[in-house]
Amino acid sequence: MAETHSLQDMRQQVAVAAKVFIQRDYTNGTMCQFQTKFPSDLETKIDKQQFEETIRTLNNLYAEAEKLSSQSFIEGCLACLTAYTVFLCMETHYEKVLKKIAKYIQEQNEKVYAPRGLLLTDPIERGLRVIEITIYEDRSFSR
Amino acid sequence: MHIGESMRECEYSQISTRSSTPMETPHKKRSPKRKKWEAFPGRNKFYCDGRIMMAKQTGVFYLTLVLILVTCGLFFTFDCQYLAKELTPIIPVIGGALFLFVLGTLLRTSFSDPGVLPRATPDEAADLERQIDVANGSTGYRPPPRTKEVVINGQTVKLKYCFTCKIFRPPRASHCSLCDNCVERFDHHCPWVGNCVGRRNYRFFYMFILSLSFLTIFIFAFVITHIILSSHQKGFLSALKDSPASVLEVVVCFFSVWSIVGLSGFHTYLISSNQTTNEDIKGSWSSKRGKDNYNPYSYGNIFTNCCAALCGPLPPSLIDRRGYVEADAPQLAAPTNGITMYGATQSQQSHMVSAVKTQAAATPLLQQQTSEPVIITSSTENGTSLPARASLTLGGPCSTFPLGQPTPPTSTPSLSCQEAADVLPIHGHTLNHTYPLQEQAPHHHYLTPEEVPSPPGMLHCGSPLGHSHTVQAGFYNPASQDSLHEDSVRGLVKLSSV
Repeated sequence: MAETHSLQDMRQQVAVAAKVFIQRDYTNGTMCQFQTKFPSDLETKIDKQQFEETIRTLNNLYAEAEKLSSQSFIEGCLACLTAYTVFLCMETHYEKVLKKIAKYIQEQNEKVYAPRGLLLTDPIERGLRVIEITIYEDRSFSR
Repeated sequence: MHIGESMRECEYSQISTRSSTPMETPHKKRSPKRKKWEAFPGRNKFYCDGRIMMAKQTGVFYLTLVLILVTCGLFFTFDCQYLAKELTPIIPVIGGALFLFVLGTLLRTSFSDPGVLPRATPDEAADLERQIDVANGSTGYRPPPRTKEVVINGQTVKLKYCFTCKIFRPPRASHCSLCDNCVERFDHHCPWVGNCVGRRNYRFFYMFILSLSFLTIFIFAFVITHIILSSHQKGFLSALKDSPASVLEVVVCFFSVWSIVGLSGFHTYLISSNQTTNEDIKGSWSSKRGKDNYNPYSYGNIFTNCCAALCGPLPPSLIDRRGYVEADAPQLAAPTNGITMYGATQSQQSHMVSAVKTQAAATPLLQQQTSEPVIITSSTENGTSLPARASLTLGGPCSTFPLGQPTPPTSTPSLSCQEAADVLPIHGHTLNHTYPLQEQAPHHHYLTPEEVPSPPGMLHCGSPLGHSHTVQAGFYNPASQDSLHEDSVRGLVKLSSV
């Protein structure tokens, strides 16, 4: 009974109010970049600078993953020579950067977004189509 | 009562935003755990527990395999002995290496994910619909074909909306009607390899046809050599009689050479100009279309284009085939590409609170309603803490509604969910698309429509129009909304304390 009570209390405190989707920005081709335009739904929730900083960092990280660097070239040649069996033991450069991105998003969520009642979803879970930002609503005052 | 029942199953465990060790699931699972590939919406076949992915029709692929294996087998058995003796033993060695390379690249092309784009989650689709409705001011009748224009490197490119996948296709992506998937940098669907050729397996495909050209020419040349040398010793007819297999090999190779070498040449041209077969056939970047028409994706010089296509970074698969549809723990999910490990915490936390409280168009709400049970009830029944649910990700709603994602008004009332003229208004479509839910109900507990605050009408794909009102009425059932919020509450309690 007490459990029910507390759960109901908690239930009234938070709820998903809306989800904002940051779409991809294709102006530079098929590279994975997201639009830095500040969505109107987030105006009251977060600083425009903060938001743009996050998106810009993410864009830079994705650019790094897809960059045609000499490292990726060597990796590609080595993979071809070993009939791509080398990827059984090694991670591709892209995967390494994706892990970095995941860590960055987690860190951003903890430091910046969660305190403001927002949550970033890693775009890889959305097939790199969108950055999903969930807006949580605090209803504790409505009791 | 539903809430009480779910509450008993809940685990009030410490939550963190990190992907921590999962809590044990003391409660029995009401449905067996399913991997995402088993619930994949496209028309693909999966083998080896999701590691291998092919198109539906693989008959021609087996023909390709048989042709290659038989021809090479005959070559090594009948011709190589003579050639190794008379000429040099290096010939079979090179032949063997070529053969292995051809086989390796063929299998790699056929078995890998070509770059399939996962379908949009209901939330995303709803959001897009909202934006499009705002732009069109549509009243719910069929909106005009949806395109978005974007300027890439000075060239205007039209992005088309895919009615099946509910996304705006990225540039160069195309929807394969055979596989029913949108594929990134779609080149073509190759029946010979039994798969689409797209961004992720184009280089393997190219290596395959290139090495196969060499192999075909190699075998052709050396079989002819064998016959000629042999006929010098014994006479032409006698030589043919001694190794009849050589005749078969010559015939096969002769007919293959033209097509394979031609294809290799064509793809070499495509790679050097950074075009896809799709674009070339349509003449998208042909100067015949206009004086200012040029390929915005080309890097300018042949060398860079080749490097980019063949040695560029290989993107990981965007569809997590081996993750679990209703995952318990990150370690149990064990995705081959590790994708579900990324941002696991965010995913499950964001997913469990899918109750979007808007009063906008009914459609988005309806989608939320129907998608919620998928996520929430599955999590409550597992009773695990939220961070543990690594793979309750994108795949969740997508995979559990293979054909029947409740989506905005674009697809047909038919169950096949394919692109076609849609006639019925929004609610009708949504209801129609929930039909597959019923079919899967025995397998997925969370797909039980009875837990959804919708009328029984939703279970049957009856006249969609008739049900639209009742569905709307069922919307704000507080009981269901409460149960759906449980997980969100648990997660967010911790979230807010971060």
